[in-house]
Amino acid sequence: MRREGNVRDTRTFERRKVSVKYIAVNLGRYLRPYAVLFVLIFFASLAGTALSLLGPQVCGLAIDEIHPDGTTDLTQIGVYAAVLVAVYIASGVLTYLSSIGLSYLSRCIIKRIRTDIFAHLMSLPVSYFDTRQAGDIISVLSYDLDTLGESLANDVMMVLTSAVTIVGSLVMMLVTAPILVVVFVVTIPLSALFTWWLTKKVQPLFRNRSRKLGELNGFIEEIITGQKTTKAYNCEEAVISRFEKKNVDAIDAYTVAESYGTISGPAVNFMNNLSLALISVFGAIMYMTGVIPTVGKIASFVLYSRKFSGPINEIANVLSEFQSALAAAERAFRVMEELPEPPDDKDAEELKDVQGDVEISHLRFGYTPDKVIIKDFSLKAERGDVVAIVGHTGAGKTTIINLLMRFYDADSGTIKIDGKDITKVTRASLRRSFTMVLQDTWLFSGTIYENVAYGSENVTREDVERVCRAAKIHSFISKLPQGYDTVLTDNAVNISKGQKQLLTIARAMLLSSPMLILDEATSNVDTRTEQYIQQAMENLMQGRTCFVIAHRLSTIKHAKTIIVMDHGDVVEQGTHEELMARGGYYSRLYYSQFDTAE
Amino acid sequence: MTKTLRYLRPYTGGLVLALITKIAGSAAELVLPFILSHIIDDLTPVKDTTGIYIMGGVMLLFALIALGGNICANRLSAKVAGKMTHDIRYDLFKKTSYLKCRQVDEVTVPSLISRLTSDTYYVNQMVARTMRMGVRAPILLLGGLIFCFLLNVKLALVLLAVVPVVAVPMWLITRKSIPMYMAVQRRGDNMVRSVQEDITGIRVIKALSKTEYENGKFDGVAGDLASTEFKAQRIMSLTNPLTSLILNLGLVGVIVAGAFLSSEPGDITGFLTYFTIVLNAMLGISKIFVIISRGAASSERIEQVLDLDEREEIEDCPEGDSRYAIQFKDVNFSYNGKEDNLRGVSFALEHGRSLGIIGATGCGKSTVINLLMRFYDVESGAVYVNGKDVRSVPADELRRKFGAVFQNDFLMAASVRENIDYGRGLSEGQIECAAECAQAKEFIDGLPGGLNYDLAQKAGNLSGGQKQRLLVARALAGDPEFIVLDDSSSALDYATDAKLRRALAHDYADATKVIVAQRVSSVKNCDLIIVLDDGEISGMGTHGQLLSSCEEYRAIARTQMGVAV
Repeated sequence: MRREGNVRDTRTFERRKVSVKYIAVNLGRYLRPYAVLFVLIFFASLAGTALSLLGPQVCGLAIDEIHPDGTTDLTQIGVYAAVLVAVYIASGVLTYLSSIGLSYLSRCIIKRIRTDIFAHLMSLPVSYFDTRQAGDIISVLSYDLDTLGESLANDVMMVLTSAVTIVGSLVMMLVTAPILVVVFVVTIPLSALFTWWLTKKVQPLFRNRSRKLGELNGFIEEIITGQKTTKAYNCEEAVISRFEKKNVDAIDAYTVAESYGTISGPAVNFMNNLSLALISVFGAIMYMTGVIPTVGKIASFVLYSRKFSGPINEIANVLSEFQSALAAAERAFRVMEELPEPPDDKDAEELKDVQGDVEISHLRFGYTPDKVIIKDFSLKAERGDVVAIVGHTGAGKTTIINLLMRFYDADSGTIKIDGKDITKVTRASLRRSFTMVLQDTWLFSGTIYENVAYGSENVTREDVERVCRAAKIHSFISKLPQGYDTVLTDNAVNISKGQKQLLTIARAMLLSSPMLILDEATSNVDTRTEQYIQQAMENLMQGRTCFVIAHRLSTIKHAKTIIVMDHGDVVEQGTHEELMARGGYYSRLYYSQFDTAE
Repeated sequence: MTKTLRYLRPYTGGLVLALITKIAGSAAELVLPFILSHIIDDLTPVKDTTGIYIMGGVMLLFALIALGGNICANRLSAKVAGKMTHDIRYDLFKKTSYLKCRQVDEVTVPSLISRLTSDTYYVNQMVARTMRMGVRAPILLLGGLIFCFLLNVKLALVLLAVVPVVAVPMWLITRKSIPMYMAVQRRGDNMVRSVQEDITGIRVIKALSKTEYENGKFDGVAGDLASTEFKAQRIMSLTNPLTSLILNLGLVGVIVAGAFLSSEPGDITGFLTYFTIVLNAMLGISKIFVIISRGAASSERIEQVLDLDEREEIEDCPEGDSRYAIQFKDVNFSYNGKEDNLRGVSFALEHGRSLGIIGATGCGKSTVINLLMRFYDVESGAVYVNGKDVRSVPADELRRKFGAVFQNDFLMAASVRENIDYGRGLSEGQIECAAECAQAKEFIDGLPGGLNYDLAQKAGNLSGGQKQRLLVARALAGDPEFIVLDDSSSALDYATDAKLRRALAHDYADATKVIVAQRVSSVKNCDLIIVLDDGEISGMGTHGQLLSSCEEYRAIARTQMGVAV
């Protein structure tokens, strides 16, 4: 079943040729473990369909045994009836089994692909996520895989049974009354031609329809979120008229697409009815001329013909769904081709018993080759030093952190920790030797306890409470009905941005890494609380090498080194006193906080 | 659902026409097997070749009528459903735009969004599909049965007996599948949420080497989804084989009965065809059931919003002191009616002066703005603007005096100009002037296309500081009497923030200003500063006065500026 979220899938897909072979190879890998099951399902559905095809044949035989004049052999009819019941029950059971078998198979396969893609995503470098919309990645994991799964569960089944039905009923029709098959020489090309025309006509219309609906939904989301602003400027009318335009566009696209799309049902029925008419007339004539021996034959033939023409049109419909499933599958498999973080060097060592001496020399880096963010940066820091990085937003402060943690690798220059080049140690051990508190607090849906303990091993409840006390968040937590077991969700608990940040500070306090990164760590904490936790922050920084990014210059006045960045360049470097004495950029920045208007 | 269905009324003509053509089309289709058995039973034995040809022609004619009727009806129903959806969406959107903030809080923003998007979609589906299949299926079912009775009453009774046997399991399956469907929905949401979470937290996960752990967690979530889906599928998949089986068994019953009753073979042949029709009709009805039940739930949600009364009451209230531009008199307020968000707040500000509000997060700073602009009404006490109680002035008249930037304010996916203008039809000069004062001109000029540069959704292509400056420009552009800036410079660096403050003081000297901030530096030059603590005023005065009188203010200043002031 396709999930509701799909209604709001607003991506615009680029249209390109999908490589069927590429998808088949990849999908094949996932299918292989279920090969036996798949074969079983295949035969079950084959048998089920074949049995259901036998039905009309037996019916025809039974009808021929019925004589209105009262000479009917009732035992013979009884036998036929018994056979029919057995056939239909067997066919029903087999059909059901094969359909849930296929559903099970597709869920298993999709689950595997899903977890594999997820695991692969986790192995990708941070740059992958920095350059993509989260929504696009999520769409692949949810919408695309749902589409693929749906196709595997239903469309495959449909094609399978349709094919069997078509072949089977054709055979049966040939057996029953070969001459009547001539009728289909007229109707099948007609159907095929029509379906081809309609698909060509309708597909772009439906794409347009989804796009317009997506635009409308995007607009709604945007405006409703900013409702207060609309009210403040009294521009409800203006907004409504903008909405109206999009609304009309969406409905127009809908009506056109729907008008054409809904032709197919009646058209299919018409083809069936046409066949029925032709068969009746033709069959009756043939019966009179003796080519067809019994009326029962015509009856069976009519039943088969109904079975025959249905699937042909269904296959045509399924083919277009296949198209979108293939496109979805390709997008999913392409994700797995993204290059993961290059593996650690073979002789990379574990970074152990880290002192926390950091030496950066002649670092050069740019996210894209044509735009160098850091030109030539050197720095030396020893255990316990505080290195502050200040500058405007977008000046490149966070880039230094990205390089230290090896989320990105420098273009040239080296970073050494305890004298070891960080490209020569394992990433995991390097990253473990840092603790980060970031401006964008990250909490996941789980209990408060789990969130604070995240990343630490062997922590007790007492440890968690201790750090929460130090971070001045304990009393808030204890007031919650579930205390530390309160589950954090998007909307359940009213927890402020500041409180979230305190939780991540508590998390950092549990970790005992020798180096600390504070990226605007207290930006969302109000000033009073910041005062309260000052002692705790100082304890946190005690004895560690700290890299601090801050807006509020008061927090970093005592730093060993202050690095002033502007437009990706380090413009000044030194202690607070030195920089103030120089009277340059830093001092201007410093004085601007006391700037008096007028 | 009645209210939703009332939206069909303007299109009654189209609706009736669609119904008639649909009935005609479906009826024409029903006649076909009847003619078939006539050919076989009556014409063939007497070798009436001409009759057979004529009847063949009649069949073709009816097939054509069925084709034309159904296509016509489908087109009409698409049109009617489309128009109706348009009207519902329009009314719902309009209603939502005018809802009171308190009502929005109750319904919640995500829910309003999904009512406008998903729910209107499902109502549309309900109407369109019911018109297409909901009419056809019962007609085919009923008609099929009637023709069976015409063919042979006794055999028809056998068929009739089967119908309830099919209906009961189908009803059971549908009833069971709806909650399962919802369970799948929830698991799907879970899955999406955990992916979302891990993408945003990728740095933390990698830093703490928790990749394996997250993989394991996701495996659980994905497995949960898969097994719930399978459970639902197991039941839903029953529908087709089960209905086919029961009807086929009924068919066997007809043959046996036919044998006992020595019926005409042509009758039985006709029966077989009607059987297929009846079977398909039953399946169609079960699908309609699901669509209608979901559509009904959706229309319920839509009606809830449409039934809200969004009108602001204008009350006669005593006037306040007209010397003051803004005056709060012993104001008490609570969002949820339980805990107080503001307690006994009183202050007054003269025309053209500036007010600074400072305090911890959640202390009620933004609430003051909400009451001032009458997004919410006070519980007790009164708020006066230019000496008039805000409750005695129409809301639009009141708000027209203001230019405001709210916390987490929004920019829409439109050009920079449209975002500053915001539907007010301002002049080019006003827009440019405002952009300049808001320190936004420099970066706007740097954008490709300048003022015509298109913003992405949620202004994803601008930095935090740029967004705030654009919002300030919007607030200033209407030359408002009051300027309200709620936390609108937090992403600006100190230097830009200072420039903005200077420009504000100079260019908008006559406007009364309200500035909410966490930084002392943002409010220190205000004529009046209020320090809020947990909904109460803990200090009031100028920067200098507060430094000497208010311990709380002193502490904030000390941590932020790091100097002994």
